[in-house]
Amino acid sequence: MFTDDWNDLTPDQRFAARMDAWQNAPVEFASPEVARAYRDRVQLYRDVIELKKPARVPVAPWMGLFPLRYAGFTAHDAYYDRGRLAEAWDRYHRDFMPDGLAVSTVIIPGRLFDLLDYKMYQWPGHGTPEDTSYQYVEREWMKDDEYDALISDPSSYWQHGYLPRMFGALEPLAMLAPFTDLVEMPFTFPFFLPFSAPPVREMLTKLVEAGDLAMDWLQTLIAIDGKQIATLGIPGLAGGATKAPYDVLGDTMRGTRGLMLDKFRRLDKVLEACDRLVPSLVDWAVRACDVNRHPLCFIPLHKGADGFMSDEDYRTIYWPSFKKVLLGLIDQGIVPLCFAEGGYNERLEAIHDPDIPAGRMIWMFDATDMRAAKRSLGGYQCFGGNVPGSLLTMGTPEKVEAYVKDLIGAVAGDGGFILGTGIVLDEADPACVRAMIDAGRKYGATV
Amino acid sequence: MSDELKEAVIGLREQEALEITDRLLAEGADPLSIVSSSKEAMDVIGQRFSCGEAFIPELIMAGEIMKGITARVKPRLAAAPAAASAGTVVLCTVKGDIHDIGKDIVATMLDIAGFTVVDLGVDVAPQTLVEKVREVHPQVVGLSSLLTVAFDSMKVSVAELDTAGLHEDLKIMVGGAPVNDDVCAFAHADGWAKDAVGAVELAKTWVGGA
Repeated sequence: MFTDDWNDLTPDQRFAARMDAWQNAPVEFASPEVARAYRDRVQLYRDVIELKKPARVPVAPWMGLFPLRYAGFTAHDAYYDRGRLAEAWDRYHRDFMPDGLAVSTVIIPGRLFDLLDYKMYQWPGHGTPEDTSYQYVEREWMKDDEYDALISDPSSYWQHGYLPRMFGALEPLAMLAPFTDLVEMPFTFPFFLPFSAPPVREMLTKLVEAGDLAMDWLQTLIAIDGKQIATLGIPGLAGGATKAPYDVLGDTMRGTRGLMLDKFRRLDKVLEACDRLVPSLVDWAVRACDVNRHPLCFIPLHKGADGFMSDEDYRTIYWPSFKKVLLGLIDQGIVPLCFAEGGYNERLEAIHDPDIPAGRMIWMFDATDMRAAKRSLGGYQCFGGNVPGSLLTMGTPEKVEAYVKDLIGAVAGDGGFILGTGIVLDEADPACVRAMIDAGRKYGATV
Repeated sequence: MSDELKEAVIGLREQEALEITDRLLAEGADPLSIVSSSKEAMDVIGQRFSCGEAFIPELIMAGEIMKGITARVKPRLAAAPAAASAGTVVLCTVKGDIHDIGKDIVATMLDIAGFTVVDLGVDVAPQTLVEKVREVHPQVVGLSSLLTVAFDSMKVSVAELDTAGLHEDLKIMVGGAPVNDDVCAFAHADGWAKDAVGAVELAKTWVGGA
């Protein structure tokens, strides 16, 4: 629980408590000026989320590998060398001074995944070139006849079906009995038998080692992010993450193709599974936002984008369970930050759902018509994003400035807007990124 | 021709379409007419996709139904003369990118449209592409990428085909979610399409209105 009286608070009070905790984070700032800069930046987000006019438009480009490339490093360098990651993160934030931290958790600890023989993605040195990001391996990691197992007991399915496929080193999890076997003394000892088996022992040894690697990586990220916050006054923009239930199934369980076929072959199971995933997806985000004392929950959205389904399917298949996740988070005072990759033009009507309280979430868009987004969401929810990755990669600073000027002029006038990139940036011309931030400051100051 | 089969495929009623196919075959129907009924249905779904009435799941499901029908009909087609290929297309996802969903849909749609498709898979090195092009002499090469970092790979792939003197005998299309006019120009490709139906149309245009 975030505060002792948490259960007595209303969702609005919880929202305010989390916002206050973010704005008044117990950080030892380098100077009073930096402390003020931090609090002022957080105030920008508070204002835009609550649909007020901010002092200026916050400028928050989403970063993937760009800071590494800017510093002359590859993805592989950062995944395996914390010193290089730290150096790249320092340089990016110092040189560009964005209003939000580059999310360091997108840089993954390579050795952890090496150790556990992670199979669901490839990453630099493990199937992809050294200078590309990790990439998902499209496969049916969950089989089409496993819906009932998932629906009946998600935890057991994760342990016995899904995880042993995801990590080679965790295959022995399938040998373990469910923890629900442990209810009373007389029938308890058989539960422990598998722990005597050599494969399980080996797995446990690796898990301990993985725990140490993860702890080590966490300390690294805390130090890196902490330094940017304390010396530059730049706040982080994600306290936790979660996903839409349909995306969980479509992204990394049934796979894109598998889930699309399931829509025709076993829609009732898809809908039941989506609903079944809601509590754990809310809980995942709440725990992280509690620990990090941060109100924003990052939610990347994929399989509901334009072209991936009809408006009717979005409303009847994708949105209902996703809406439950959003309402679950908002009830806990958490601000869902939805990162709608691809186009969301066909969804703008559906996501203006009267059940979602106004001023309690953020929509970040990619290839979506921002004027249409303004018509749908203006005065209802904060939105932003949209500077195209292709423009930042292949455009010119002049074109970028013109784009930002037009965008801010068209949609930022009443507040409730965050300038951001449409995609998580790996590749970009530094001059264009600088032009985006400069133009954001220039034109965003006068809204 | 079977309107019943055509309607079942258009309605994406998989079981019904396959049962009708089985029944028609048992009744001694001409296997080529079964194929042409289902292809007509695919054309309707393609048109619906183009005008925003059908979406990627519908294309994938229709392709799956077509596969089921083709598998049933194929043994009866052995004696029939093979239909002339509309042309050969070599497809791949370029080096550094392992995404295959879009490329696979394009492959299915090209196949249904009568093209001979040579799919080289994902993360394909330019040299592998050059060797295959030299071997099969396609009219069209399709390069796919979801990642902006793989635009360079597209460019290098086109350049390698240029250097090998192969580009002048074929057309190169690029595709993938982030691809647009700028990416096409950057890669020095001959054209791009925003989706699988567009890719088929482009290929048809290039090989002479097949």
